[in-house]
Amino acid sequence: MSPTTPAPIFDVDGLLRSPDTRIIVCCGSGGVGKTTTAAAMALRAAEMGRRVVVLTIDPARRLAQSMGLNHLDNTPRAVPDIAGDGSLDAMMLDMKRTFDELVETHSDPERAAQVLENPFYQALSSSFAGTQEYMAMEKLGQLQRESEAEDLWDLIVVDTPPSRSALDFLDAPQRLGSFLDGKFIRILTGPAKGAGRGLGRVVGAGLGLAAGAVKKVLGTELLVDVSTFVQALDSIFGGFRQRADETYRILQQPGTAFVVVAAPEPDAVREATYFVDRLTEEHMPLAGLVLNRMTLPPGHGLSAEEALVAADRLEKSGEHLETAAMLRLHADSMRSSARQNHVADRFTAAHPEVAQGVVPALADDVHDMEGLREVGDLLAEDLPRTG
Amino acid sequence: MASDLWPGVRLHIVTGKGGTGKTTVASALALALATGGNRVLLMEVEGRQGIAQLFDVPPLPYDETRVAVAPDRGEVIAQAVDAEAAVLEYLRMFYNIKRGGTALKKIGAIDFATTIAPGLRDVLMTGKTGESVRRRENGQPVWDAVVMDAPPTGRITRFLNVNSEVGSLTRVGPIKNQADSVMRVIRSPETMVHLVTLLEEMPVQETVDGITELRESELPVGSIFINMQQPEELSDDQLSRDVPVSAAQLSSGLEAAGLPAAEPLVQALEEEGVGHAVRVRLQRRERERLESLGVPIVGLPLLDGVDLGGLYELAETIVAQAPR
Repeated sequence: MSPTTPAPIFDVDGLLRSPDTRIIVCCGSGGVGKTTTAAAMALRAAEMGRRVVVLTIDPARRLAQSMGLNHLDNTPRAVPDIAGDGSLDAMMLDMKRTFDELVETHSDPERAAQVLENPFYQALSSSFAGTQEYMAMEKLGQLQRESEAEDLWDLIVVDTPPSRSALDFLDAPQRLGSFLDGKFIRILTGPAKGAGRGLGRVVGAGLGLAAGAVKKVLGTELLVDVSTFVQALDSIFGGFRQRADETYRILQQPGTAFVVVAAPEPDAVREATYFVDRLTEEHMPLAGLVLNRMTLPPGHGLSAEEALVAADRLEKSGEHLETAAMLRLHADSMRSSARQNHVADRFTAAHPEVAQGVVPALADDVHDMEGLREVGDLLAEDLPRTG
Repeated sequence: MASDLWPGVRLHIVTGKGGTGKTTVASALALALATGGNRVLLMEVEGRQGIAQLFDVPPLPYDETRVAVAPDRGEVIAQAVDAEAAVLEYLRMFYNIKRGGTALKKIGAIDFATTIAPGLRDVLMTGKTGESVRRRENGQPVWDAVVMDAPPTGRITRFLNVNSEVGSLTRVGPIKNQADSVMRVIRSPETMVHLVTLLEEMPVQETVDGITELRESELPVGSIFINMQQPEELSDDQLSRDVPVSAAQLSSGLEAAGLPAAEPLVQALEEEGVGHAVRVRLQRRERERLESLGVPIVGLPLLDGVDLGGLYELAETIVAQAPR
């Protein structure tokens, strides 16, 4: 089912260079090389002369070191040795710190302390799976506002949390936001929220029973924590959902570009397909798909079968065994390449309009700025994925 | 009858960095444990339906479904544990609440329990697993072994350590009791946490960190599964050189094989040799790091795409290498 028309080529340099590109969001399922791709694109844009900040979520220590920074934290730090007039700042999201700051900025010290000490807040800010996504979004919003107010950066590159599904980045913030603003909270916190809003008054018998069950299961203690937390927070910043919605809108702006990263494996490509469907639905601007770590055919036309026949012949003769070994390696990579192309073709069939870029598998891991530059070069190069 | 692989262990929790093939290894492990006539339950807790795709069956329902048979009348039964269904089942079992499910959904209580309440989802998931391990019929355990395709390494300790997570929120009550009973299963000698990795720097580092964390939390570390090992096609002597197989060698070799020794082909093969040597050296270096951890290692070969046949092949490899 190979598509007849190849997908358009992803013009990475065009995207990075354009002054209209203000935000790049790198998405994809876990383990596909999102963080490295984000860092490589940010570095490349910086060396084109733009002022860039890259927000990584959970970089390997090696990646931070490869940018010449011993450690990354919640504040943008200048990456040394950028070629040209541009600049690159790098940071790593600290979700608890970001959440704490959010509370501190929007309330008086007494109220802030009250929230920060609340056990439910502590659990929520450090362990809830969606908090990372929510705070990544929040940080992106902050960076954008700061950048606009003080003219700090031309381009913000964001990596997304390593969740099982790339969609979580879009969904978790709203889920958390709508919960905190939602009906359930009102019911749980009802009796304390003033006249007429109490449990059992506004809700029907079924709901009352359900809410009762929840109280029974969770225990009153937790509910009291939740309730005080929500009340304290409510007065701090008018509505979580509204805030999540605002940041969400940044993602729909024309200056934003999504880059979906996938490894040429069925799972990762399936995730990428879902994600692209969703971006289209939400009118979010998609720049292209990066197929990372592809095995590329060497392009001299010796097929896997021919190589194996020749290797067999040499092995039977007992001579030139080193050449036989290389021929077997060649056959392996031709086969991997064919399989990976087949997987990638499925994506093309589903989304023929989406531009594709290819980064070939590197023999070694990325260790330094040179390694990152190499990834950037490969990203920008117009490599054919079929022979 | 219990499997003689990993003697005494009935709950196998499989974790690993994203992209390392955790689901593939969990599935192959389930097949390996089923070999010899065992009934093995394979549980998916992250809602990806990866197991169904591997075994080439329709998406798994919440109910237990047979997905494969193993040599000597063994069988693998799979189940996708969905958080929402788990909450409703939990309410039914412990509180006899049969109605009210729709109402709970309407007010967002199910959402709260499954996605927002910190740790609650994990209690439900691990709770369901614990219940499967303990379930008995006619005095016999229903499952000879349970394999869980668990969350990735970065989240595994928190996921399994539901006790402390929930304990900080609720010090008494049913959820707390549930968490306690789950922890008893997880900390027992019947449980092991296996880590899947590739021989690359980042996954190995994550494995090293993961093992440290698990040990600090006194969670039982099982084996390391090295997935997708590349075959080594070069001798030590060739590996020590910058160019393992030279252009001259390749030219005469290709001629002997009856292939035209054209320049681009010779050059490409030479480069493939150089790349292979770099990868093999990296693989060996990373393997040494893993060996220093003192954890049993099971090595799995790189397959040309994993299908059902490939799973059986991996299962055989596991049977051959598993601790007994």
